[in-house]
Amino acid sequence: MSDTDDVGEAELSEDNSDDEVITHAHGAGGSQMAELIESLAVSRFAETDADVGLAALDDGSVQPIDDDHSVVVTTDSHVVTPLFFRGGDIGRLAVSGTVNDLAMMGATEPLALTSSLIIEAGTPQTTVERVTESMREACEEAGATVTTGDTKVMGSGEMDTLAINTTGVAVVPKGGHVPDAGLSVGDRLIVSGTVGDHGISLLSEREGFDFGGDLESDVQPVNDLVRAAMDAGEVTAMKDPTRGGLATVLNEMASKADVGIDVEERSVPVSGPVSSAGEVLGIEPFDVACEGVVVMGVASEDAADVLDALRDNPKGEDAAIVGEVVDDHTGQVVLDTGFGRRYLSPPEGEQLPRIC
Amino acid sequence: MATNAESGDDELQFRDPEKAEQLTDELEALMAEIGEPVNVMHVCGSHEQAIAKFGLRSILPDDLTVRMGPGCPVCVTNMPEVDEAVALAEEGKIVTTYGDMFRVPGTEKSLADARDEGADVRVVYSASEAAEIAEEEPDREVIFFATGFETTAAPTAAVLTSDPPENFSVLSAHKYVPPAMEVVAEMPDTDVDGFLAAGHAATITGYGLFEDFVEEYDTPAVVGGFEPIDVLYALARLLEFIRDDEAGLENAYPRCVSREGNVPAKEQLWEVFDTTSGEWRGIAEIPDANLVLSEDYAHFDARERFDIDVDPGAADPLTEDCICGDIMAGQADPDECELFGEECTPQDPVGACMVSSEGTCKIWLEYGGQPDL
Repeated sequence: MSDTDDVGEAELSEDNSDDEVITHAHGAGGSQMAELIESLAVSRFAETDADVGLAALDDGSVQPIDDDHSVVVTTDSHVVTPLFFRGGDIGRLAVSGTVNDLAMMGATEPLALTSSLIIEAGTPQTTVERVTESMREACEEAGATVTTGDTKVMGSGEMDTLAINTTGVAVVPKGGHVPDAGLSVGDRLIVSGTVGDHGISLLSEREGFDFGGDLESDVQPVNDLVRAAMDAGEVTAMKDPTRGGLATVLNEMASKADVGIDVEERSVPVSGPVSSAGEVLGIEPFDVACEGVVVMGVASEDAADVLDALRDNPKGEDAAIVGEVVDDHTGQVVLDTGFGRRYLSPPEGEQLPRIC
Repeated sequence: MATNAESGDDELQFRDPEKAEQLTDELEALMAEIGEPVNVMHVCGSHEQAIAKFGLRSILPDDLTVRMGPGCPVCVTNMPEVDEAVALAEEGKIVTTYGDMFRVPGTEKSLADARDEGADVRVVYSASEAAEIAEEEPDREVIFFATGFETTAAPTAAVLTSDPPENFSVLSAHKYVPPAMEVVAEMPDTDVDGFLAAGHAATITGYGLFEDFVEEYDTPAVVGGFEPIDVLYALARLLEFIRDDEAGLENAYPRCVSREGNVPAKEQLWEVFDTTSGEWRGIAEIPDANLVLSEDYAHFDARERFDIDVDPGAADPLTEDCICGDIMAGQADPDECELFGEECTPQDPVGACMVSSEGTCKIWLEYGGQPDL
């Protein structure tokens, strides 16, 4: 953040030998990141009359604009190595990520997107063109468009090639938004597609493993899928399992709603290549990012209809009911492995492949 | 997990919940015959992984306790060994190591800390990848901080016998399992009725290695694999020995393990490495359980090549409360440690058991924090 207040800077220069530094784990989506956000942002900005404000740490904010409507705003900065990966690139990721964060709030019709590019000097222009063209394509898929933007160039070596910030704005009928804290006992949990594809594919590509062409990122806008689900039944809570994966979002949803969640491991869709690569890398597909999947709580009586609606869309053909919300083990997720039962913990810190 | 892959026979066979149910019934029946609590020790992080990941403790008989012993090579790597690697990295050399080792705390710093401060530390998957880096960077010294039991020591040996680049060297923290099992078996507070021996290490050394062990310590051992059915099956065979009061040895992992093991790999291992005694972090000084480069390969030994100037700094005072040693000796469970999941987490570990994916504490936290629901 550029607007650190004076007191903070004074403290920093006074005693920087013992000062904590930001590490990769602060950006990995676990408890360290939550603590950082709390101390940096939530504690500093006043509460507003928003329906969903900063303190909710949801995918976006929801603010009433008149008696009948609320505006949904979300923002996300994107960096990824490599810029172009199997199944997508940073441009597709930047548009999909923000469109999906809007959709997770129930706002499936983006009104406007902003796009802010920070580019390292020396980056080939064709690289940036490929990225922006990919952004255009993703926008077209999502029915969105970029209405304003910004470009900054940094010195060579001052950053790594390209970073993109996108902000999304949408309007929903008042009360029409879906929070991530809305689960209640009896709701069914639906996952809209195979999990772990983005994370496992990128980790293996980054580490130079070739598990064959079947492994690729799932990055895609899913606002149409979410709309179909919301039209088919009562969706009580939604989240997209990006950083920290399915394990993290299920725990967040359980803890925010003060309920327990039971999940059948064997019902959770995982593609064959992701499952095998995960075993080789020693990384659980449940712990890594998806970029084109929704996890939703659905009223039990509507679960079958919502599932059908999801499966009617090619992006949702692997959708499955994976568990239910229970009045037990509040704030925790219990996984039935098919053999025994255990808690499903959110992953901590950076995911590192193991030796043996 | 539902998987779209064409599951091989192996997967169907070794992850079949119905078979698991039959085996747990068998375990219940054996425990009823034995009529008293049984303590089994396993010595492999991958066994703990399988047990925790599949929630097996929730289906084991109540009186059957299965605990991990010194089965995590990363965890028993001694702090001064990490300090040496950190010192080399801080001197501007390229230090490569396995992902597990990356965040293991030395006295003051881990290699991850050194990287965050600008040192060139790279995570590799194999010794040969480290040697490739040395080839790509001929003007830099590339050190492979080598950890692991026989399973990873053998590949390190293979790289060293195949003429690696001159700028490549090995800082060995490799360990050898069998002497550690003996030390743990001899500990006065250890109460082990049977050992579930590690299938991975036995693929190299062969199960014949345990023949003297079971006799000397009058304790049965079964070599087991790592799928849920492997583990349950091996436990059933072990309970049969315990019921019959027989210090027997069985290979319940014949699809990978033979009596002799991998003979060429063993030969290479003992060509490159000698055993020496050394401290296993938190456990004890163990005779003949550390692997150092033999005289013929001393020119690839980072300790010979460099004058490693270790400045360990000050230890985290919390290490006083860490019970990693008791956990690795199989005398305590992670949730008996007051730091577990509180002051000690995978991002900010106090003890090594919280760092490696093979470490008991990390595995428990990763797969739910407590074993039994």
